[in-house]
Amino acid sequence: MSITVTPAPFEPWETLRAHELQLARRAKVGACAVFVGTMRDINEGDGVRAMTLEHYPGMTERHLERIAAEAKARWSLEDVLVVHRVGEVTPADPIVLVAVWSGHRREAFEACRFIMEDLKSKAPFWKKEQLDTQARWVEHNTPGH
Amino acid sequence: MAITVKFFASLREQIGIENTTQPFREGMTPAALWEEVVPGQPLPGNVLVAVNMEYAGPEHLLTDGDEVAFFPPVTGGGA
Repeated sequence: MSITVTPAPFEPWETLRAHELQLARRAKVGACAVFVGTMRDINEGDGVRAMTLEHYPGMTERHLERIAAEAKARWSLEDVLVVHRVGEVTPADPIVLVAVWSGHRREAFEACRFIMEDLKSKAPFWKKEQLDTQARWVEHNTPGH
Repeated sequence: MAITVKFFASLREQIGIENTTQPFREGMTPAALWEEVVPGQPLPGNVLVAVNMEYAGPEHLLTDGDEVAFFPPVTGGGA
């Protein structure tokens, strides 16, 4: 299980590849589900030039670890990888990577979605958008279901 | 000892405080702490409370040395 909150830009497909290599082609793994969330350049009809992601150091990591542990308790999983960006991001930058490895696709799909939805509704992260003429805090998430 | 108080995101900007400390009193709750630190402004209904980095209710009984955080609804993740 690997949980990372990083102020540095990351490339999710390289991170995933590196993690896959660490897993050393475990034969028990029959499925891997991946979610990558990236920054969009529009929100609520306004162009967004950049965004600052704030978190609660300590609590955020602890909460992400708990979500991953809960997923592992609920489904039979071989591994979980979560990477979340903080700091300044610009459109098309990756923000979040969630990857789940399991024996079969059902566990992988369900656990990946569970982690992502729980992260969005409970993990302490906040976004402040920079528009052309003003900055504003994002006040709510779009529904995921 | 004392209670450490933290505010995050839009709440931090509105109140103008990031970190502060407040003397501990027996029977203190996050709601009572809020009234002392942000006098004259009722605790907004959508504000989330964490005690020692765990979600807690506004009436949670505090212990000396606790860290209490107040923050707005969370908005992490991509898309």
